[in-house]
Amino acid sequence: MKWEVVIGLEIHAQLATKSKIFSGASTAYGAAPNTQACAVDLGLPGVLPVLNAGVVSMAAKFGLATHSAVAKRSVFARKNYFYPDLPKGYQISQFELPIVHDGYIDIDLENAETRRIGITRAHLEEDAGKSLHEDFHGETGIDLNRAGTPLLEIVSEPDMRSAREAVAYMKKIHALVRYLGICDGNMQEGSFRCDANVSIRPKGQEAFGTRAEIKNINSFRFVERAINYEIERQIDVIEGGGEVVQETRLYDADRDETRSMRSKEEANDYRYFPDPDLLPLEMDQAFIDAVEKTLPELPDAKRDRFIQAYDLSRYDASALTASRELADFFECTVEAAGGEGKLSANWVMGELSGLLNKEGRDISTSPVSPERLGGMLQRIKDGTISGKIAKQVFEAMWNDEGDADAIIEKKGLKQITDTGAIEKIVRDVLDANPRQVEQYKGGQEKLLGFFVGQVMKATQGKANPGEVNKILKGLLSA
Amino acid sequence: MYQKTIAELAAGLRAGEFSSEELTRSYLDRIEKHDEKLNSVLTLTASAALEAAKAADKRLKNGDATMLTGIPYLHKDIFCTLGVRTSCGSRMLDNFEAPYDATVTAQLKEAGAVMLGKTNMDEFAMGSSNETSFYGPVKNPWDLERVPGGSSGGSAAAVAARLAPLATGTDTGGSIRQPAALCGVTGIKPSYGRVSRFGMIAFASSLDQGGPFATCAEDAAHMLEAMSGFDRRDSTSIDRPVDHYAEGLAEDLCGLKIGLPREYFGEGLDARVGAAVEAAIEEYRTLGAEVREISLPNASLAVPAYYVVAPAECSSNLSRMDGVRFGYRCDNPRDLEDLYTRSRGEGFGAEVKRRIMVGTYALSAGYYDAYYLKAQQVRRMIRDDFVRAFEDVDIIMGPVTPTTAFKLGEKADDPVTMYLSDTYTIAVNLAGLPAMSVPAGMAEGLPVGLQLIGNYFDEGRLLNAAHKFQQVTDWHTRMPAGFE
Repeated sequence: MKWEVVIGLEIHAQLATKSKIFSGASTAYGAAPNTQACAVDLGLPGVLPVLNAGVVSMAAKFGLATHSAVAKRSVFARKNYFYPDLPKGYQISQFELPIVHDGYIDIDLENAETRRIGITRAHLEEDAGKSLHEDFHGETGIDLNRAGTPLLEIVSEPDMRSAREAVAYMKKIHALVRYLGICDGNMQEGSFRCDANVSIRPKGQEAFGTRAEIKNINSFRFVERAINYEIERQIDVIEGGGEVVQETRLYDADRDETRSMRSKEEANDYRYFPDPDLLPLEMDQAFIDAVEKTLPELPDAKRDRFIQAYDLSRYDASALTASRELADFFECTVEAAGGEGKLSANWVMGELSGLLNKEGRDISTSPVSPERLGGMLQRIKDGTISGKIAKQVFEAMWNDEGDADAIIEKKGLKQITDTGAIEKIVRDVLDANPRQVEQYKGGQEKLLGFFVGQVMKATQGKANPGEVNKILKGLLSA
Repeated sequence: MYQKTIAELAAGLRAGEFSSEELTRSYLDRIEKHDEKLNSVLTLTASAALEAAKAADKRLKNGDATMLTGIPYLHKDIFCTLGVRTSCGSRMLDNFEAPYDATVTAQLKEAGAVMLGKTNMDEFAMGSSNETSFYGPVKNPWDLERVPGGSSGGSAAAVAARLAPLATGTDTGGSIRQPAALCGVTGIKPSYGRVSRFGMIAFASSLDQGGPFATCAEDAAHMLEAMSGFDRRDSTSIDRPVDHYAEGLAEDLCGLKIGLPREYFGEGLDARVGAAVEAAIEEYRTLGAEVREISLPNASLAVPAYYVVAPAECSSNLSRMDGVRFGYRCDNPRDLEDLYTRSRGEGFGAEVKRRIMVGTYALSAGYYDAYYLKAQQVRRMIRDDFVRAFEDVDIIMGPVTPTTAFKLGEKADDPVTMYLSDTYTIAVNLAGLPAMSVPAGMAEGLPVGLQLIGNYFDEGRLLNAAHKFQQVTDWHTRMPAGFE
């Protein structure tokens, strides 16, 4: 039987505020345990939550950027359950009335089509603390530094049909929240993580199959692997005559498998009800309009503009707009290169990205600035250096040996464009290789490459390749 | 000294007739001498009080004193106090010392009031007789075999016995007004949002409000002013200037429109209580007020709605008492489940457990709509009844309680009868209105309270009406025997 996969994601994006969602404690990562947990975060008797206004505009930004409705009135609710790293015995979240709902984003598929993925809702909530099971000799340590960290939980519709689509969606949301400056997107530190709801159904069937929820996946690679593992598992279960049970599963990256955490029967009854310590959150249109004015150019719009303005392919434009930093780097490069869009794109996505990847660096720590890269591209464009020589120049810039002009000057890499000089060298090469000249004239025209190579060798690659070709052809046909 | 009003004490302090230290010492002596009979004070902070009194004396000399500077008070043990245990009447918090002051605590400190200690109360403010306290019941000073009411029973009994001129309380369903009535003192529950709830350990967040106990309305006015105000640490606190309540006390009551809800004078009201209340209302007629009957048609729904909403909120509010970070923890827990069940099982008393279970049930899947949501709808109807009534009248009056103080143990095993003793006070909390209890008579040696209910933020008018009544009556000046 042919199976169709149905996937929905719940992404938790940590909002980039300095202080927590309901207290003044710092959200900075990596402090010693429990040093960033104040009385409110500890859930001591008598303390009360006060909403951090910063999270409201951040959530509104997300809503506006995803064609969603930004709720004029949303309500904080308590999700009640006992766990040692949940200090109050309830998590403040939003339930019936979330701050953002009914939106979508479009993702590019590999077959060059796009798919629209619905966003059911995005709601504000506080994170829990951390239980530390190691180093406590059979007991559990609790670190409440993370308790009260603001999260935006972004819930998609079950609109994805493969693990790859799920990854594409997650990447797109990741890019978006970073564009908006509402989340640092740091997946190692847990600032951006997701749960995946996965089910399968026979192709053509309308009703959904029973789903399993895979918890806490914190990398793009793991999302793909966890979902693919889960798809295989569910197919095996059904084709083996069994039934998929509704349950929560945990992905174990070390063993590349998912395993059951708890079944539906063991699930908590969270007893949601409106938090009486917090008034309903109300936003007026003027506030929403003001937030809208602060939105930056978003990835899709930027991609379309790049296609238009720089004559780029959709693929290149998408790659260059994958992050705001990369897009900004590219545009600075173009400017420094005197408007050379295509050439800039090739270098940013080619040589530069290659070296960055190789060294595991981020665009923001590129040793070559866009100004220097653009300066070098100017020299390609004006014929001072060839593309091939440019790679040497680029490497020297990467090693911080100066800007392109200084390196060209110092290393004597300036291209020979003087046709008289080139012609002289060409004649010398032809004179030195009479046999090959005979063969060429006898019809072996592929020997042209040999002559070009000899000329380049004689000039250490500095001869203008166009000129060399032209002169060679002229002399050989004489 | 214990028969002077706050204004008289403040004048005496300023005139140098006595110092705050002397005043404080005299009240500490009274507590030492009399509280054994009452059990109203859980923690006496004598040395800190004397220190605060000395500081107050300095302030009085420097001329930057407030009305409450140097005036002693007792603090309900539900308000967090830095460096002093805050037990909330529970074994669960028997060892709990908050690392912060409640906003009310800080405001009273700022005003220069001198805290003598913390008062006994029903466990987590759940009770109407002060019998659910882990520290044993408080006795009513008018009859030591009777309850003082609850949950702020310690504060009410202490003020009645003149162990302090002022005390704080909290009122979720009547916990200031009912004990004030049963002990013959003056108590006011302000409008929801008037007094900060920060640091006031939550029972039912949408109903809880702090307020003062005093012997008379004039004193209560001074204390309420000091306790009130916007607090950015409490999101339900209201940003609205605080009235100078004492300034409006003398306003004439001529033409004041008083409404008597038919539903508050029907079946269940003890005839002697009813007679005392009616006599009090007669006084208001004499003072020039116009009295008319009104109706609060949904009054009978208040108790059932309250006993869904309040337990629901408390079931969640008390989840933090889990034995993990503070408070009571059972010995040698086997595992997490055991830690939770035994810490909570051993740390909470029966009434608290009952309400947690009722509330958990009311919020659980499948019952939420039928109970919690329905109760919230009823709550809106009750509020609307009051809004409509206040279109025609200025103050609503009636009894505070159906009977005078009952005997210790009389209703302890019958929760529903106990809950019904709050039948006249609960609707006010559901609506968020201000209301007070004023001593208005005696029935067989026990005090009877008159309830005054005002429109939102109309505390000033309530205090004014109570003060004018107290100028022509002497119920509030009567003291129980044996506490001289």
